Amino acid sequence: MLRIENLVMRFGGVVACNDFSAEIKKGQIVGLIGPNGAGKTTIFNVVTGVYKPTSGQILFNPTGDQQHRLTGLSPDKIAQLGVCRTFQNIRLFGELTVLENVFIGNHLRVKSDVFSTVLRLPHYAAEEKRMYEKSLYLLEKIGLQDTRNEKATSLPYGMQRRLEIARALATDPKLLLLDEPAAGMNPQETQDLIQFIREIKEEFDLTIFLIEHHMDVIMEISEKIYVLDHGILIAEGNPSEIQQNQKVVEAYLGVG
Amino acid sequence: MREKSKTQITLIILVLTALGLFLANRYLDPYKIRIINLSGIYVTLGLSMNLINGMTGMFSLGHAGFMAIGAYTVGILTMPVTMKEMNFFMQPIVPFLANVEWGFLPALFAAGLIAAFFGILIGAPVLRLTDDYLAIATLGFAEIIRVVFTNTQSLTNGALGLKGIPNYTNIWWSWGVALVTVWFIWFLMKGTYGKAFLAIREDEIAARSMGINLFKHKVMSFAFGCFFAGVAGGLMAGMLGTIDPNMFRITLTFNILLIVVLGGLGQIGGTIISAVIVTVMMEALRFLDEAMDLGFVQIKGIPGMRMVVFSIILIIVVIIREKGLVRRPKGRELTYAKN
Amino acid sequence: MGDVSIFLQHMTNGVSLGSLYALIAIGYTMVYGILRLINFAHGDIFMLGVYLTYYGVTYTSLPWWLVFLLAPLLTGIIGILLERVAYKPLRGSARITILISAIGASFLLQNLGIVIFGGRPRAFPVPQMLNHVVRVGGVSINFVTFIIPAVTILLLLGLTYFTTKTKTGLAMRALSKDYETASLMGIDINRIISITFFMGSFLAAIGGILWGSRYPQLMPLMGSMPGLKSFIAAVVGGIGNITGAVIGGFILGLGEIMLVAFLPRLSGYRDAFAFVLLIIILLVKPSGLMGDKVTEKV
Repeated sequence: MLRIENLVMRFGGVVACNDFSAEIKKGQIVGLIGPNGAGKTTIFNVVTGVYKPTSGQILFNPTGDQQHRLTGLSPDKIAQLGVCRTFQNIRLFGELTVLENVFIGNHLRVKSDVFSTVLRLPHYAAEEKRMYEKSLYLLEKIGLQDTRNEKATSLPYGMQRRLEIARALATDPKLLLLDEPAAGMNPQETQDLIQFIREIKEEFDLTIFLIEHHMDVIMEISEKIYVLDHGILIAEGNPSEIQQNQKVVEAYLGVG
Repeated sequence: MREKSKTQITLIILVLTALGLFLANRYLDPYKIRIINLSGIYVTLGLSMNLINGMTGMFSLGHAGFMAIGAYTVGILTMPVTMKEMNFFMQPIVPFLANVEWGFLPALFAAGLIAAFFGILIGAPVLRLTDDYLAIATLGFAEIIRVVFTNTQSLTNGALGLKGIPNYTNIWWSWGVALVTVWFIWFLMKGTYGKAFLAIREDEIAARSMGINLFKHKVMSFAFGCFFAGVAGGLMAGMLGTIDPNMFRITLTFNILLIVVLGGLGQIGGTIISAVIVTVMMEALRFLDEAMDLGFVQIKGIPGMRMVVFSIILIIVVIIREKGLVRRPKGRELTYAKN
Repeated sequence: MGDVSIFLQHMTNGVSLGSLYALIAIGYTMVYGILRLINFAHGDIFMLGVYLTYYGVTYTSLPWWLVFLLAPLLTGIIGILLERVAYKPLRGSARITILISAIGASFLLQNLGIVIFGGRPRAFPVPQMLNHVVRVGGVSINFVTFIIPAVTILLLLGLTYFTTKTKTGLAMRALSKDYETASLMGIDINRIISITFFMGSFLAAIGGILWGSRYPQLMPLMGSMPGLKSFIAAVVGGIGNITGAVIGGFILGLGEIMLVAFLPRLSGYRDAFAFVLLIIILLVKPSGLMGDKVTEKV
């Protein structure tokens, strides 16, 4: 589904990510971990086109027969191909309502042109109705249907994170990138979140790539884990392999 | 249920407005009617600027330029052939325009389209850059238009301006166009394209990551704004009958900006109300500038005082509303250092 | 021979106009460097500087050279006040908010100018010393045309010394490089910003005095065009960069004069030249000639 090959990202003199390669298969949940400053979010930013990598390439193959080169594409093109994300430091459309946030996620799939939206032509009206219902359905899934008309930033933190996931789901992604979805959540919320991620993965036939600091989440949910330290891949494998890996332990304890 | 009562209220407001305009048209003197016309035109102008600046979060200061394009388009297209000959005595008008004499509606349309065309032309290179560059480039563009119009003698009659443009603009035209603008922007903002504009205003990075093509949507919003600015310029020409390049200075843009800021960036209703209030105030405060004769006392007006008052109002409103004016953008960086 | 001397005459005129743009552009670039704000009122500060000088020379018995020194100082203080009143309350707000306030401030100053100074043009009292014609090779040139670039270069040298050698100057540069970090390092931001506005306004006033000596007609709206053009000069040179502002000023001044001199048919478009240049620069090299390549911070 997604193949990252020899990715290098340099900012001036700082190497945020050096020669990183990874492969994610369709239907997998893959984790990306590492200490602070390891370059995890940088990789997400490169995959979603926010940054252009210094070198290396990223291939996306959603259906199995068509290969897209993501490197060099703009973020909106990448989203249209079916890669969507959430943000580590929540980036909701703050002044807009909860429902509007999810509704906007649908926009990239709109077929009508702008004039038919202004004239409310029947084909647009039908399209809008579908989008509206889909948005409501997504809100119901995350349990926010009752607060749909409230300002997005008025929600509690955990709910804002969920809203970001719902907004991303509205774009009909095939690959979903979650950047620290459990940040700031208590154990109960974290358990709910794990359940929720599994649910949406099944229902929407997703492949998921996630960054997380809560080790219990990562270990429980991922089939495969990549570990970064200072921009370099230091380990990859399934959760039990990672837990026993000496390098990973050292990186986290700050030895060496 | 709520939707229904909302529709009813809208209908009632519409009927009352129409009735009010009808009565005003019938019983008020020409000076007051002119103020009502001007209010209608400023509603269109305020909304068109609000679409660009308030709803899409760009910062354009080119309104006067786009209005000039619209005003000259209407002026040249609607002016009777003989009147054109009288106007262009220094240098005859270019032949292909010499014999045109269009109706008001097609001329207004042309005004909007040409303004929108130039909007796209100027917007395409600059909309990729940040706000301040757009502000300066559009401001510069408005100035260029003025300079160009002063120099293209055979097209615009240069500094002499155009006189004797047919006075087509009446209350029904000015408020009819205002209504169409309200309707257009209302439905635009209700649909997904409008929501995408709002998303861009709120957070460009998130908007792009949700698959919104920033450039396409910014150009779209900008072109719509310019279209209505052009139409409003055309209405202005049809109301005044006389136009010249110096009318379209940045002061005009400033007035519209004042309306938008007072009405609230992104607010449709607020903009309508503030357009009317500002227009009426501009007239009401005219006494500050002009000498007044109260029979036994004569008050000497102080030219410029009116704009001093308005500038102070603008600064105070901006400072008081600070945060409410537009949402403060969240930390601009995604920071690779903090993950 | 005649052609050469005429060309030289245009050159001196261009350099002199360019110096004036440069002096105003420095203020824009310094403020933008630190606050990321286009100080729309800067052109009007320039106008205030000219009028203060006019009143000082015409209505006080002070010698003209003293007025030429005091007026810029006073203008500098007005610059500080402007920042305190119109921009400081908005520090940290959305950029569009501050820009609107800046436009409001610009209009306020222009119209206050009309109210206080009157809309009627006035003649700038050019000191006799500056106002005599010098003959160089077969060309007669006004003495002030030479003074202008000389003063500009002196001020520029002083400014360069200030920003590279003094503690305040270094703090200023640190602030414009990285606002966040510098503010954490204990730099007194308010003080630095005030100094920046003071210096920018001071230089604008000097530019204004020289402008008045060269083009001695005073009007309250006289600042808006030179202001806009100087901002463009700052952008062309690379906004935030002082040397860039000077280079941009020279390009603009020379370009304008040469356009009028060699393409007289286009002389009506003189005021459009700057804006066309701006749009070309934005298309070709948005960071300006001397600007650092801005790494797209997301």
